Amino acid sequence: MEEKIGFKNPEEKKTKFGFVDILLLILTVLPLIAGIMLKILFTPASDGIQIEGAMIYAEINMPFGTTMPITEAQINSWLVILSIMFLCIFLTHGMTVWGKGKRQIIAEWIVEKVDSLVKENMGEYFMGFAPFVAAILALSACSSLLSLIGLFPPTSDINITAGWAILTFILITHYKMKCGPLQYIKSFGEPVPFLAPLNIISEVATPVSMAFRHYGNVLSGSVISVLISALLAKLSAMVFAFLPGALAKVPFLRIGLPAVLSVYFDVFSGCLQAFIFAMLTMLYVAGGFPQELYMKKQEKKKLKKAKKAQRAD
Amino acid sequence: MTELAIGIILGCCALGAGVAMIAGIGPGIGEGNAVAKACEAIGRQPECRGQVTTTMLMGCAVAETTGLYALVIAILLIFVAPQRLVDILMNIVG
Repeated sequence: MEEKIGFKNPEEKKTKFGFVDILLLILTVLPLIAGIMLKILFTPASDGIQIEGAMIYAEINMPFGTTMPITEAQINSWLVILSIMFLCIFLTHGMTVWGKGKRQIIAEWIVEKVDSLVKENMGEYFMGFAPFVAAILALSACSSLLSLIGLFPPTSDINITAGWAILTFILITHYKMKCGPLQYIKSFGEPVPFLAPLNIISEVATPVSMAFRHYGNVLSGSVISVLISALLAKLSAMVFAFLPGALAKVPFLRIGLPAVLSVYFDVFSGCLQAFIFAMLTMLYVAGGFPQELYMKKQEKKKLKKAKKAQRAD
Repeated sequence: MTELAIGIILGCCALGAGVAMIAGIGPGIGEGNAVAKACEAIGRQPECRGQVTTTMLMGCAVAETTGLYALVIAILLIFVAPQRLVDILMNIVG
């Protein structure tokens, strides 16, 4: 039919699952496998309860006699970044106007969702924030979900979440400074100048609370999971002590229950915290920005420019 | 004598962690209230379910912050503080 009208769809032939797709998918999974290999290579053999911070893989000598540790959290978060990057390339490569491939539809759906989220919470002016918000969402969610494949989730290290929170703090301050530093200082004595110290404390508390919230949620989940699985092992050793030989040492009670808990603590809590971190970033940045004042100033500037141009004419 | 001192340090750290987690009461009550109100709202206007749920989860997460502060303090007291305090004690004793 379409050819009759003289309208040819260039993507008529079925999109094949080509070599590039397979390569990109392999590249997506490869960082995670590399993480598991590293973990296996470096973890000392042990049993029992283990609640520890991130393992230190290497130390780099820095100036002034200090050393910079390369920890598991850093490596894992870089691996997640690589993985997400290849996934994004896989989803978006070879996009066409006509394309109705599954990959393209998924990519478009993600972009649309994030766009609508940003538009709803921040307004038209901040539409440029959509990629940043999407990046935070993806990075945070995937980092927390990393514990599902047995790796150390980077979000349960305070340094990683603190880094993100500091980035958010810089953004908030940047948008508060948009009307000039004087306005920024003035905003601290907002209701009454007498409250300035409290305002400064709450300003500093913003990134601290964001970092602690994300870190605490993920860490508490993993601590509780470890405690419960240790408890179940002990309990099953007591209950099944009558079984002969090696059977008595198998922790039967461990089967099932930790997985159910993991659905809450790892999947639900991790995704929820990612969403909340992105949401709070959006709300704080949009809320701290004095939009009306900025628009007024912009209009004044425009008027001045117009007047200057008139005079020059 | 040093053994007694170390014992006191460890015990007090564990006690402190336990006392710190009393803060868990606050977020518990607060989140319970939030969820109850959200249930009421959904019951009154079932069509707002999605929005109410999202807002409730947001509010719950923010209300949880104080509890998480307590958790961080407790974790510090259990995993970090004893080692440090024992080191300081050893330095003093010599």
